[in-house]
Amino acid sequence: MLIKKGGEIPSSEITPKRLFFSRRTFLAGMATAGAAALTELGLRDLAKPAMTAQANAKIDGIQKSSFSTTETITPYKDVTNYNNYYEFSTDKYEPAGLAKNFKTRPWTLTIDGLVKNKKTLDVDSILKLSAPEERIYRHRCVEGWSIVVPWVGFSLSTLLKQVEPLGKAKFIKFTSLADAGQMPGLRAPVLHWPYVEGLRLDEANHPLSLLGFGMYGEVMPNQDGAPLRLVLPWKYGFKSAKAIVKITFTDNQPVNSWNESAPSEYGFYSNVNPNVDHPRWSQATERRLGEFRKRPTLMFNGYGEQVASLYNGMDLKKNF
Amino acid sequence: MKLRLLKVAIFLVCLVPLARLGLKGLHGELGANPIEVITHSTGDWTMILLLATLSITPLRMLTRQYWIIGVRRMLGLFAFFYGCLHFTTYIWLDKFFDVHAMLQDIAKRKFITVGFLGFVLLIPLAVTSTAGWIRRLGGKRWLALHRLIYVTAIAGVIHYIWLVKADLRKPLQYALVLGVLLAYRLVVHLAGKGNRKKVPTPTPQRVGVSEV
Repeated sequence: MLIKKGGEIPSSEITPKRLFFSRRTFLAGMATAGAAALTELGLRDLAKPAMTAQANAKIDGIQKSSFSTTETITPYKDVTNYNNYYEFSTDKYEPAGLAKNFKTRPWTLTIDGLVKNKKTLDVDSILKLSAPEERIYRHRCVEGWSIVVPWVGFSLSTLLKQVEPLGKAKFIKFTSLADAGQMPGLRAPVLHWPYVEGLRLDEANHPLSLLGFGMYGEVMPNQDGAPLRLVLPWKYGFKSAKAIVKITFTDNQPVNSWNESAPSEYGFYSNVNPNVDHPRWSQATERRLGEFRKRPTLMFNGYGEQVASLYNGMDLKKNF
Repeated sequence: MKLRLLKVAIFLVCLVPLARLGLKGLHGELGANPIEVITHSTGDWTMILLLATLSITPLRMLTRQYWIIGVRRMLGLFAFFYGCLHFTTYIWLDKFFDVHAMLQDIAKRKFITVGFLGFVLLIPLAVTSTAGWIRRLGGKRWLALHRLIYVTAIAGVIHYIWLVKADLRKPLQYALVLGVLLAYRLVVHLAGKGNRKKVPTPTPQRVGVSEV
């Protein structure tokens, strides 16, 4: 398979820092009717984003990746305080606090199903399988917002190679942890727990598919899916399952949690597609966190060159 | 005097949500997605104030404190005020005055359609909320018109239910409160029919324009 390198973003697409901050300032100012009277300068000082002092361990020996975008990276503070992580809470501002004491060690990942060597691996032995790479990916939520995150991990295929899938294996089911003792959101029957996601084998083995265990050069914060999560930049965010404990190779298409919850709204594929609306809202545009105006959503979230061939001949309106 | 104090207190309390948004916005504390926070907060306060407005009638009858009807107009107008902010957030910060996109939204998205309907129905109520309009319309017709608030409140709850992804707990709390408030009226209405008593209609004095 011919793999195209990460699409270079034309420099015209990148938000200049100055503009980026003046938007923030504008936003901040707009919130108060009377703020118009304040000077630009005063507002700018007040609106400066607070620095977060989190003692997260640095990851050594991170390598750069040609898949990375050069777009402006979303501030760490936003990516770690705005999380759709229903095992903790349906309020995006709550997982940061609720996941503070979440235990990510010891942690094992079981790989079973249609494979030659079923395995249960310790997370630390998984992290040694390959050198960590930084992949700066766009991340688009099905709700209509997006971020740019410098993830740290390596290709999911590196892990999948360890177990030698059988010829019959066509799909992979990913199961997230469901520990009611640690995850208060599980008390609400909002979804059927545990959270389950699925991919076709070729999607999982695609070089863009990342097994993530860090971001911003540090160990993955708990609220962002530590210790192991998927990162699938061309699919809506919910496909990138967090806190994975089990990977099962199957011959039939797994039913993913959101598809089970509302089949007409969330499909198995859930590729980012501006032409296929969510039944209740348009997917044509998105709000990049930190930006004032919405921007157009790109087909496959801008990763079409790399992944479109996976879906050749498929009706994406049907297979949404 | 009691009424005057209560009105001042309610007036100030009703401004608190807006002031909080303003202050937090000014200090960059509206979180990662400030526009979403503003949208949700103004929507929530529209619902809360609609329900507060609807609770005045049961409250005054149950407590026999009939004078508190005097705060109903202000609560209703504040519900409209937050509804306007909510609507403005949508047309400005969400759609950037793209009329075509908005019309498409209103036609295509059920939750927008019903939310828009609820908002539009509040406009005549806000306009005719003065004593002058009660006089001009006559108490009975005025009362009939203002029953539209039931439609708006129901539309607001449906708007919320249709927009959430999976967690229905919060919209259902609103639905429950609204259900109780409407059920109370139904019971009173049915009991009234049995007694063949005339339902009192408001007079300009009773609903009165605020002195504040």
